[in-house]
Amino acid sequence: MMNYDIVIVGGGPAGMAAACAAYDNGTENILIVERDNALGGILRQCIHNGFGLHRFGEELTGPEYAARYAKMVAERGIDYIVDTMVLSLEKGEEGTVVTVMNSERGVFCINAKAVILAMGCRERPRGALSIPGTRPAGVYTAGTAQRYVNIKGKMPGKNVVILGSGDIGLIMARRMTLEGAKVHVVCEIMPYSGGLNRNIVQCLNDFDIPLKLSTTVAKIHGGERVTGVTIAKVDSNMRVIPEESEYIECDTLLLSCGLLPENELTSAAGIALDPITGGAVVNENRETEMEGVFACGNVLHVHDLVDYVSEESAVAGKSASEYIKNGAKKAALMGTVKIEKGNGVRYTVPQKIDVTGANEEVKVYFRVGKIYEGVNLKVSMNGEQVSSAKKRKMAPGEMEFVKIKKSVLDAAPNGTLKIEIVE
Amino acid sequence: MEKIEMICINCPLGCMLTVERDAEGGFKVSGNTCPRGEKYAVNELTHPVRTLTTTVAIGNREGKYLAVKTAKPISKAKLFEAMALVNATKAQAPVKIGDVIIENMLGEADLVAASDAE
Amino acid sequence: MKYDVAIIGGGVVGALTARELMKYKLRVCVLEAKDDVALGASRANSGIVHGGFDPVPGTLKAKLNVEGTRIMKTLVRELDVHYRQNGSMVLAFCEEEVEHLKKLYERGIANGVPELYLISGEEAKKREPALSESVAGALVCDSAGIICPYDLTVAAMGNAMDNGADLFCDFPVTAIEENGGIYTVKSGEKAIEATYVINSAGVGADTVAAMVGDKYTITPKKGEYLLLDRSEGGLVSYTIFQVPGAFGKGILVSPTADGNLLVGPTSELTEKGDVTITLAGLDKIKAIAARSTEKINYRKVIKSFAGLRSSCADSEDFIIEFSKNAPRFIELVGIESPGLSSAPAIAVYVAEMLRADGLAMEANESFNPTRTSCRHFGTLSMEGKNEMIKADPAFGHLICRCETVTEGEILAAIRQNPPARSLDAVKRRTRAGMGRCQGGFCTTFITELLAKEQGIDETEVTKFGGSSYMLCGKTK
Repeated sequence: MMNYDIVIVGGGPAGMAAACAAYDNGTENILIVERDNALGGILRQCIHNGFGLHRFGEELTGPEYAARYAKMVAERGIDYIVDTMVLSLEKGEEGTVVTVMNSERGVFCINAKAVILAMGCRERPRGALSIPGTRPAGVYTAGTAQRYVNIKGKMPGKNVVILGSGDIGLIMARRMTLEGAKVHVVCEIMPYSGGLNRNIVQCLNDFDIPLKLSTTVAKIHGGERVTGVTIAKVDSNMRVIPEESEYIECDTLLLSCGLLPENELTSAAGIALDPITGGAVVNENRETEMEGVFACGNVLHVHDLVDYVSEESAVAGKSASEYIKNGAKKAALMGTVKIEKGNGVRYTVPQKIDVTGANEEVKVYFRVGKIYEGVNLKVSMNGEQVSSAKKRKMAPGEMEFVKIKKSVLDAAPNGTLKIEIVE
Repeated sequence: MEKIEMICINCPLGCMLTVERDAEGGFKVSGNTCPRGEKYAVNELTHPVRTLTTTVAIGNREGKYLAVKTAKPISKAKLFEAMALVNATKAQAPVKIGDVIIENMLGEADLVAASDAE
Repeated sequence: MKYDVAIIGGGVVGALTARELMKYKLRVCVLEAKDDVALGASRANSGIVHGGFDPVPGTLKAKLNVEGTRIMKTLVRELDVHYRQNGSMVLAFCEEEVEHLKKLYERGIANGVPELYLISGEEAKKREPALSESVAGALVCDSAGIICPYDLTVAAMGNAMDNGADLFCDFPVTAIEENGGIYTVKSGEKAIEATYVINSAGVGADTVAAMVGDKYTITPKKGEYLLLDRSEGGLVSYTIFQVPGAFGKGILVSPTADGNLLVGPTSELTEKGDVTITLAGLDKIKAIAARSTEKINYRKVIKSFAGLRSSCADSEDFIIEFSKNAPRFIELVGIESPGLSSAPAIAVYVAEMLRADGLAMEANESFNPTRTSCRHFGTLSMEGKNEMIKADPAFGHLICRCETVTEGEILAAIRQNPPARSLDAVKRRTRAGMGRCQGGFCTTFITELLAKEQGIDETEVTKFGGSSYMLCGKTK
């Protein structure tokens, strides 16, 4: 059986960043397992720019960002195998047994002292949306269309309606337009866009593509190929208002309705998931509830920017390395701080903080459930206020964080930390 | 005095900018959180530019495409003209990131490879 | 080529009938209007192998259901089709409904249904903890099961073809002529000849019957469904029905043979070809299913779909008879529920009708009743998988992550009988694209494989035949 200190599942930005961080922390015996034919993950098809401003201080395209990390992996001589799928994780006698499959060697097992899950996320499909109407060809998720256009050089259609204003949808509106398609409209069921403002400007406004808020696709038409869609306004309960609908002739409907962490492997291994994030429940080290198994990047929760994925993955990589260095023994646990989601907070990552006395300052990331303006962000421990900060604007599309000082944790190692929006 | 509001597209922050144009044609920008925002606002009103990212077919690799970008932003008005040129061009593998595919495209900027192709 | 028997319609009945006839030295063909088999009622139905307590005693439905369900158990082994004998439970919510259960029980006994018994509401809730508090009693039938209807149809057709039957797809029958004891069945310019013709055209059976002067009226009833992620498949273990009553009949909650959870169907009269999904339909499903259990997590819906029942206005029972106007022409009309359960028995019944009519039916000693599914790889042990990967490395290349489908399995689906020629055909055979991402990742890979294997351009690949093209051209 192959033996590695750390096996990393997924060679996208999260997996590569975790590998480099673990290596730089002194754990060199690492294997990255990638299911595609090269490292890079979904970034390989994200040919637009806007990546790396935080991480590298310059604006890169997706493939360039991925190439930077692939180079870092290569420079460190970190092992990786491509075209290989991880099938399962099981607790072994020492560490975790990772069962993988590829064409060359078939199905085989790798023993790992620690595992880092970095499988990324997938798009919410049409089925999950249950759009009324027929089931013709011509309905794609934005990411599938992106792969067709950017990697395979194929056009999925010429007359396009996009449902969902997530960033991939906006990016694809521009991309399809540049390649000669007519994008009629982008519909967003929420009263606000799920994408970045800059993308609304440079992907929609630049090309006079209307963005209709509080609007959804009420019906899909067409027997064999899409022939049109009925779009309609929705009320505050997101029910279609039939009187406010219009028919748009088109041959393609792209869906950009959110991303879901890809956690088949995680849940099959019996690792607890957070129902809101769709990712594993983790502590501040990004360690899941299965000892020695860590998670980072979009498989843990969907991030706004790849730069933040890299940052989080470095935490997981370093933590996995520390875990191995300490002989798989945790530093003396003083207690576990529970993080409570107060008013307006949809989820937090981590969901808990293990207090060992060795913690440094902990960054707790969170998302709010709706748009807030002119509010206070209050953090309290066991009911006592720790901090309060004025916030000009908070939106569900933008991940926020609070820093929790070591002194706060050490003073209440079994406390309940509450993060809330005070309106 | 003319007052124009716009969203900065330099980075994902998307700052809300306010530009005031005085009688002499000068600009006063507010709302930006970095100097690039000021430059963007003035540019946007005088000569808007965008980075073009797209793909180019690889002539000697059937069915393979190379990610490319303009080395610096080009005139927004020339995006479609640039696309026509890019689509009529074929790259030749092997290519490394940064290799120039079209030199000084439309007199605006080099078109460079943004991915490797073996 | 002149055939002894031409079967119009590649649904589960047509496919199983073709297979049954291959047990004899006969030349048989199946004529299918669409690009693949199992695209009518056999594509979208509940996939329930009913015990047989519902049909009125003495009817064809009663007889063929009980017999079909019995044969099914052997059939699924021979054809390597996923089948689970999970049992069914009909729920009653008040005393009046409990009385109705007793009637269903008596009917079942009269029909000869095995493993049928009544239990109390408490016992039902003990067996199925997700059931709603108000359950007052249940009729359990342990001989009922669940199956994937198109999996069975594809396997039956494939096995029939392996034994020499021909399948003509994209062959919508437009005219039928009889001349000197030979039928010419036409589809536009195309034509085949046959001595006997069997009309098994499902929803289109009345149109086909009219071509030989037989008059029936099919009144299609649409059924809408919600399919949930496999994570929800364990909510119930039995197929849960409700006593037919004021709340409509037949909204069931059931695991599927592949481990998903299925909720539905509605039942609305509609027109042919209407398989649209409606908001009203989906709302109705949720409202009625809530009587059985309130624990369905609709956030886990991965697909909504609709199918048509080929109900016939002329008869409550199946119509299986020789044409009154055309010799050697068998009409199978109104094969609605329990059509899937009855299909194996209908096939035998039809074979007997042919024999009785004088068709020479000499046993075919070389008939091979078994077929290996393209999904066989997934059921193997690690050693078994490694052997297959060694022989063909494509089995080590995973394409669909959600359902763990390899390139080898997809290639097998494209190469084995009946060959998959479209994305949906690959999906029905392998489940690639059937999982929670619904093809988000694997679609582009499968279009490539379909193009390569068929020697066509990717832009010619369709979702389900006709002009359901996936792509419109190249970017450059």
